[in-house]
Amino acid sequence: MNKPSAEPLLSVSGLAKHFPVAGGVIFARRLGCVRAVDGISFSLARGETLALVGESGCGKSTTARLVLRLLPPTAGCIRFAGADITSLSGEPLRALRRRMQIVFQDPFASLDPHMTVAEILEEPLTVHRIGDRASRQARVALLLGMVGLSRYHAQRYPHEFSGGQRQRIGIARALAPGPELIVCDEPVSALDVSIQAQVINLLGELKETLDLSYLFIAHDLAVVKHVADRVAVMYLGRIVEMAPKDVLFSNPRHPYTRTLLAAIPRPDPSLESSPPARGELPSPLAPPPGCHFHPRCPFAIARCRTEDPPLATLAADHLAACHRATELAPAVLPGRKTGLAPNAARRLSLTAALSRPS
Amino acid sequence: MTALLSIEGLRTVFRQHTGDVAAVDGVDLSLDRGETLGVVGESGCGKSVLSLSIMRLVPPPGRITAGRIRFDGTDLLGLSAPAMRAMRGNRIAMIFQEPMTSLNPVFTVGRQIAEAMRAHDSSLGARTLRSRAIAALGRVRIPAPERRFEEYPHQLSGGMRQRVMIAMALACQPDLLIADEPTTALDVTVQAEILALLDEWQREAGMAIILITHDLGIVAEVADRVAVMYAGRIVEEAPTAALFDDPQHPYTLGLLGSIPRLDQAPGRLVAIEGAVPPPFALPAGCRFHPRCVFATSACAAREPPLAALSPGHLVACIHAPVEQSLVPAAGDRTDE
Repeated sequence: MNKPSAEPLLSVSGLAKHFPVAGGVIFARRLGCVRAVDGISFSLARGETLALVGESGCGKSTTARLVLRLLPPTAGCIRFAGADITSLSGEPLRALRRRMQIVFQDPFASLDPHMTVAEILEEPLTVHRIGDRASRQARVALLLGMVGLSRYHAQRYPHEFSGGQRQRIGIARALAPGPELIVCDEPVSALDVSIQAQVINLLGELKETLDLSYLFIAHDLAVVKHVADRVAVMYLGRIVEMAPKDVLFSNPRHPYTRTLLAAIPRPDPSLESSPPARGELPSPLAPPPGCHFHPRCPFAIARCRTEDPPLATLAADHLAACHRATELAPAVLPGRKTGLAPNAARRLSLTAALSRPS
Repeated sequence: MTALLSIEGLRTVFRQHTGDVAAVDGVDLSLDRGETLGVVGESGCGKSVLSLSIMRLVPPPGRITAGRIRFDGTDLLGLSAPAMRAMRGNRIAMIFQEPMTSLNPVFTVGRQIAEAMRAHDSSLGARTLRSRAIAALGRVRIPAPERRFEEYPHQLSGGMRQRVMIAMALACQPDLLIADEPTTALDVTVQAEILALLDEWQREAGMAIILITHDLGIVAEVADRVAVMYAGRIVEEAPTAALFDDPQHPYTLGLLGSIPRLDQAPGRLVAIEGAVPPPFALPAGCRFHPRCVFATSACAAREPPLAALSPGHLVACIHAPVEQSLVPAAGDRTDE
C-alpha cells in the first residue's frame, strides 16, 4: 500500500493557510490571524484512502481546498504525481483539475437547480474539452450507470431526486473527467443512515473498479474505519496523530484521538457510556500555549502547557504529536469486541444473503 | 402506575391540493414518569411531526385529525389555546436540532431565558429573574454564567447555544422534555456532554424524555425504550436491550446493518435499497415491503398490525421472526 519506492500520488509538506481577521468600523484593523491549517505534511499513495478526521474548525475542509488548489496556501508545498503544483496557474492548472475532483457534503447545495442531470454531468467534459458531443453523451450514460442511476434520469432536474440520489449525481460529476484523486468532503454526513450505507458501498466499489485514490474528509470515526486505509486526526489546524487505520483504532496514542473514539455513541445498550470530554474547542484566534489540546487533556503535565509537541514517529507509519505518546497506558475503549447480538447478526446475514447484488 | 403520556391512534395530516397526506398515521405510544423513549427513524418518517403534535405546534396546513393525547390525566387535544400555552414550557418542554434558529439573534441569551421564566410567572422581579437565569446557565455547566448572561447567541459556540436552549427548556422543571435531534448539529465530543447533561437532569428531576433521533448509537446509550418509525407508523417498539438483542422488523435490521461499527471488521454494509416513499405515494400493504428483502405477496396485500411478539416487544411484520417464516415462504417470494 505504502511502498517507499512508489511515488505517492499526492504529497503535502508544511502546508499552511492563515486567514487574517479584520475588524473596525471605519478603518480596517487587523485583529489577528486564524491559522486554519498550520503546517501539515502527509502523503497519499495511489489506490489509497487517507481520511482526515476532526471536529468542526479543525481545518480539514480548508486542507481539502488547498490540495485542490481552490485556495492559495500561505506556506508549504503540494506535489501531485511527482510535480510541484503549489504555484501552478493558467492552462497547466486547468489540465490538473481534470485529474483531481471533489464530492461535496451537501447534495442539495452543490447541484445547479437550473440544469438537468445530463447537463450537470456534461459540463466538466465540455470545460475540459473532452470528446465530441456524441461521445460526451455516451459518457453521461455510462456515468449514470456507474453510480446506480438509470438512463432516463438524465433529463431530470436535481429537485426531482432524493438526497441519496443527488449525492450519486455529485459523485458522477466528480468522475466525469476521469480523475485519479477524489477529495470527498463529508460525502455522507448529510444523508440518512440507510442512504449513507448505500453511498459508502458505492464509493468503495468505484474505488476498486476505477483505481481511484480518496482524500476522505469526515468527522465520523465509524465511517472512517469503514472506508479508510490510513487516518490523520486533526486538531486546531494540525495533524496530531496519523497511522494506518488498524493501528489508530487499536492503539491510539494521542489523547485527542482517544477522546474522539470514546465520544462516539455505540449501538449497543449493554455498554456504559464513557464520561464526556472536558471543555470545547478553544478559539482558533487564540489557541492555548504549548500543546493546543492541553486544556482538555486528561493526561496533561506541566511540560504540555509550555512546550508544543512535534509530530514524532512512534513506529513505522505511526506518528503522534504528544509529549506522553510513548508512556500512556494502552487505551481502554469500551465495547471494541462486542459487535452485533447473535440474533441481530443472524438476521442481518439473512438480509444480506437475500439482497440483490447491485 | 398510569402513564405520564399516552397517545392513541394519532393521525396528523397535511392538506395538499391532491387531498390530505398523513405524516403521522395511527401512532400509539405511552411513556412513564422518568422514562426515556427513543423515537428512531429517517427523514420523512414522521418523528418530528409526532413531537410537534404532542406540543400541538403542527404548522398549517397540518392538523391532527384523529386520536387522543393524554398527558398526566389531561386530554391535550381538548385543551383551549391558553390552557395549552400554559402547559407548554411549564410541564412539557421541547428542544430542537438547530439552536441558532431557535434563539433570537438580537437579544442577549440572559434576556431570552428571563423572558421564558417570566412568561410562566409574571410576579418575578427583574433581579430575581436575572439571578435565576444565571443559576439556570450554571446548571447546564456554562462557564462564567454572569458573563454569558450578557452575550448574544452569535457569541456562543453551537454546544453553548444548545446548553442555553436546555437551560431555557428546563427552567420551569417540566415533567416531559421532547428533544428533537438535540445533538445532530454538534460535534461528537460536545454531543457526549449534552447527552450526559440531559441524563443528569433526568435523574435529579425525574423528568421523562422523548428523544427523537436518527442515530441508533445515541438511542442505545440513553433510551429505556425505543420506537422505530417508518413512513408515519411505528414498525417496532421494544425495551432498548430487547431491540438490539432481538431486532425483528426488517427495517430495524436494515438500520442496524447500515451503520458502520467500530466493533466490527469493515466489509460491505447491509444497506436498505431504495428510499423512503413520500407520504402521498405510499405503497399498498406494508409500507416497507417494496424495499424489504423478505417481502412476499401477502405483504403487499394487507398492512400488518403492530402486534406483541413478546411482552413489551411490538412488531408490525407478518414474517417476524424472519428466520422462521423464511423457509416455508421461500417459494412465495415476489421477485421484485
